[in-house]
Amino acid sequence: MLNRIADMGRYGVQVIESLGSATLLFANSLMWGGPGSAGFADLVRQIFSVGVRSLSIIAVAGFFVGMVLGLQGYTILVDFGSEAALGTLVSLTLLRELGPVVTALLFAGRAGSALTAEIGLMKATEQLSAMEMMGVDPLKRVITPRLWAGIISMPILALIFSTVGIWGGAFVAVDMLGIDDGAYWGNMQAAVEFYNDVAKGIFKSFVFGWVVTWIAVYQGYASIPTSEGIGKATTQTVVVSSLAVLGLDFVLTAVMFGGV
Amino acid sequence: MATDQPYVSVRNLTFSRGDRLIYNNLSVDFPRGKVTAIMGPSGTGKTTLLRLIGGQLTPDSGTIVVDGQEIGKLRRQQLFELRKQKMGMLFQTGALFTDLSVFDNVAFPLRVHTSLPESVIRDLVLMKLEAVGLRGARDLNPAELSGGMARRVALARSIAMDPELIMYDEPFTGLDPISMGMIVKLIRGLNSALGLTSLLVSHDVEESCSIADYLCLVSGGRVIGFGTPEELLNEGSDEVRQFLRGDPDGPVPFHYPAPDYRQDILSGGR
Repeated sequence: MLNRIADMGRYGVQVIESLGSATLLFANSLMWGGPGSAGFADLVRQIFSVGVRSLSIIAVAGFFVGMVLGLQGYTILVDFGSEAALGTLVSLTLLRELGPVVTALLFAGRAGSALTAEIGLMKATEQLSAMEMMGVDPLKRVITPRLWAGIISMPILALIFSTVGIWGGAFVAVDMLGIDDGAYWGNMQAAVEFYNDVAKGIFKSFVFGWVVTWIAVYQGYASIPTSEGIGKATTQTVVVSSLAVLGLDFVLTAVMFGGV
Repeated sequence: MATDQPYVSVRNLTFSRGDRLIYNNLSVDFPRGKVTAIMGPSGTGKTTLLRLIGGQLTPDSGTIVVDGQEIGKLRRQQLFELRKQKMGMLFQTGALFTDLSVFDNVAFPLRVHTSLPESVIRDLVLMKLEAVGLRGARDLNPAELSGGMARRVALARSIAMDPELIMYDEPFTGLDPISMGMIVKLIRGLNSALGLTSLLVSHDVEESCSIADYLCLVSGGRVIGFGTPEELLNEGSDEVRQFLRGDPDGPVPFHYPAPDYRQDILSGGR
């Protein structure tokens, strides 16, 4: 019994320690500048690797999610004779919720895991230590551009997801189910507001991008430098950041849309 | 800084990892302009000592002074500046950046720390690569290099900024005899040509004795012998001579501590 309490205590201390070191890592790597700091070219390279390379999975997933929303929405709305509101349903669902959340989950799986594995492997092969000994701060050189690449890429990816999703919905609704395209697009334009729907969705995806990338770079940087350790850190990135995204989504939705 | 002052001076160093005490009140001086080999059994913390000197680890107590600067008192920025200006380190695996070519690896510290024009950087990189005999391999990727070549490229990279102190972490491990011979020649040659202070962590007695001016034997968290190879071989303690001659039994026993053999056999059970 005492052992169990001691174990719980130890686990609690570990969690608080890692929260502390993750915060330190974030604080030290957020700002540019410092010994051997990365340049603009490094940021562009990372945006390419984190953002552009995630484009295909985001676009394909967005299209399918939009089509499914179109189909499901139609089967429900048609019972009430309100199928003309399908465009509104698809666009609001995507812009407010599914765009940011599904993009963040895919981003954690595609880019987050890759970031963790890359940084973990750099640590295991002593590349980070070698940088330190050359007088180059690995936080500024390796972590900063990756962190910012994630923060910048996520909102753009989420917007692309929602846009392609709305096209997917239109493809099903207008081209397959025969809903009037004027109704689909017109009702959408009338219902969607820039500040309430688009901007709040962008804000959500910005927060998710920050959290997912932060978790990913921290897991890589703090990983145990063995093949097992890196494998574990990669899994942790996907699990922890997915849960964090879903949890934060509730909080953000409650604050921004729920009137709580 | 007076030239007779040691380049690295370690005083009353205590360092532990978790519950395990690695160094207990260790004091040692590493002379300026010489090659000193730090030797000792596996797991003694020889590499740890290099990392403490490089400021990558922080001691529990004690001081480490590198060329007159106390490592523990430097701010993060100052520590990076000291490493940039004065230190080079060759890692056991080479630690080359896998996404950069051989040329770009050697050019990396120059591009990051200087604003030299690309034509000058090219000349400097080719000079460093020529010194390690790999000017012709400049366009290869690290994955295309053998272990010995990777270590030579890493050596070229670690001397790119012309350091005063260079630390070698197990530079001979896992190399074929020819590659090992090359590394041995390079370490000795670079030290003499550039007037460096070299610290070398190794198990290889023969190679280390052939190039080191001094040997520093570490065991059980303390220095058990410091002197020239001849001094230690002839006048060192029994433990020192056992290590240098590779005797399987002696002060460091062959047998792990166990109860009396005869009683153990007769007692039955496990």
